[in-house]
Amino acid sequence: MNTKLVQVSQLVRTFDVSQPWLTRVLTRQPKQLLHAVNDITFSIAKGETFALVGESGCGKSTVARLLVGLYAPSQGTVELAGNDVSRLKTDLKLRRDAQMIFQDPYASLNPRWRVADIIAEPLLLHGLALDAAAAQIKVAELLTLVGLSANDASKYPHQFSGGQRQRISIARALATEPAFLVCDEPTSALDVSVQAQVLNLLKDLQTRLGITVLFISHNLQVVHHVADRIGVMYLGKLVEIASKTDLFATPKHPYTRLLLDAIPDMEMSGRARTPVGGEVPNPLNPPSGCAFHPRCPLATELCKQEAPIAKTIGTSVVACHWAE
Amino acid sequence: MSLLSVRNLSVQFPTRHGVLQALNEVSFEIAAGEVLGVVGESGAGKSLTGSAIIGLLPPPGRISGGEIWFDGKRIDNLSETNLRSLRGRHIGAIFQDPLTSLNPLYTVGFQLTQTIQTHLNLSNKQASDRAVELLAATGIPAPELRVQHYPHQFSGGMRQRVVIALALAAQPRLIVADEPTTALDVSIQAQIISLIKKLCKEQGTAVMLITHDMGVIAETADRMAVMYAGRVVETGPVAAVLHSPQHPYTQGLMGSIPKIGQHLARLAQINGAMPRLNAIPSGCAFNPRCTHVTEQCGQTVPYLQPYGATQAACWNVRVAV
Repeated sequence: MNTKLVQVSQLVRTFDVSQPWLTRVLTRQPKQLLHAVNDITFSIAKGETFALVGESGCGKSTVARLLVGLYAPSQGTVELAGNDVSRLKTDLKLRRDAQMIFQDPYASLNPRWRVADIIAEPLLLHGLALDAAAAQIKVAELLTLVGLSANDASKYPHQFSGGQRQRISIARALATEPAFLVCDEPTSALDVSVQAQVLNLLKDLQTRLGITVLFISHNLQVVHHVADRIGVMYLGKLVEIASKTDLFATPKHPYTRLLLDAIPDMEMSGRARTPVGGEVPNPLNPPSGCAFHPRCPLATELCKQEAPIAKTIGTSVVACHWAE
Repeated sequence: MSLLSVRNLSVQFPTRHGVLQALNEVSFEIAAGEVLGVVGESGAGKSLTGSAIIGLLPPPGRISGGEIWFDGKRIDNLSETNLRSLRGRHIGAIFQDPLTSLNPLYTVGFQLTQTIQTHLNLSNKQASDRAVELLAATGIPAPELRVQHYPHQFSGGMRQRVVIALALAAQPRLIVADEPTTALDVSIQAQIISLIKKLCKEQGTAVMLITHDMGVIAETADRMAVMYAGRVVETGPVAAVLHSPQHPYTQGLMGSIPKIGQHLARLAQINGAMPRLNAIPSGCAFNPRCTHVTEQCGQTVPYLQPYGATQAACWNVRVAV
């Protein structure tokens, strides 16, 4: 279990969001860089489900895209089974191993392609099916695998509901028999009953095929259901990494506690939610020191000045001055 | 007497391919100061119910049957002029997306004062004071400064506060809140929910809270109604419906929500999907997805019957329990 499939080291990704050159010169503005992902390190063991949680704009989707090579890292490395992911662009073999499922099943399937073509594309590209006839046999297999019917291959995406489209996305991702699957909010566009169907399907497939999964979500209930280990992101940084049991039982970072407190209370135990004031700051102009200090109940002068360094406590990794 | 009473409301959409029945004999009541949660998956007709109440059904939708009574008066057949004096003044609305419900070309202060002066007879000075007051009440820091800002200068959570301020501008007696927290992050969601709760308590406003999030309902509502394919399938006090749901659909919904502290290999799932409006099954609309289906379910439409503390529209409740 301890063999690491994915190793992310000191990963940084910045985006240049400067004004156009002329405006910048005229108004004497400097270049503006957005640190979407700021020095994060984690690893995912083979067969494990690692989840990233955080609020919108914290950089979780950027991490997903970095991990499958859709973005190139500005600094740091991503290794997939010992190979540098930055070679994904040129290395077809490596590309087979990392696949992704996107959030919006309405935008991630080409509306003008039949389902058969959508799923057959990776098969033909990677030479997993030698000709169109062989590809169609595999497509039928994949569609059955994700709970659709082989006859659905001749339909267009608009003929399916959101949940069924997400199944098509999953079939397309599984076509190359990947070792690593990145799911970027795969169920957040779906209704709860359909979400349960997709989550069950993902779990079944993972057990059967032994895939390693990076699961990104803002929904802690969903994460609790699927993940083995969880990383909490805030403003481009990983503030806590812990096993599921530890994270939910003894959250160490104050932001994790905030997130757990914000989960609606379904049991109606009368526990008052303590809404923490404030909002996620603008990532273009992050607060000094620990980025969470303006909202943190524990913040002191030290937090304003010095960014905490991640430290290991038990099996968790926490970036907070006051965690113990 | 209840403040709002919806009786056997039906809404149709005449289209080229026939008449689509979007709402079918929906009935419920909301008392003053009460929060009614309306839940259901997309396409269940919950937003449409809200639109029908505020008289903003998207064309070509029309009310084909039933009545809506507000404060002892029938409002579903009012003329547009009369509706206008009701909407905003007595019935406020909060919509899902705070960005599209504000005009990007006007300052927040202008939009607020305009709304206030439309409904209340106040001078410019009084109206702008009231605008600042409203922003302060919804928890926006430095409201005197913020009234001069445009919607794009606000974050999502702050915008939703502005929308709530707009809805509260004329102190309406009923607020129809359509997915007010869906577009927001969890930490902001908690802030907005406690804000709505606080304001309603202070002013005794009744709220119809439309959402697909059971958690939000559990925290906010007093009573709830579960909708499926244009009908109310279960209704009752929140605790009763959430803890001992009677209708198989509600049971399935509750089972499909992952819960923290519960370790399940698989979630309970309802197979299939909500039927489209042009293909609603005969009898009980839920019967193709139901695990307790009998012959009767495919033939006759069940009506709401009391079971314990809740009412459910199902022929086989006792079997299902």
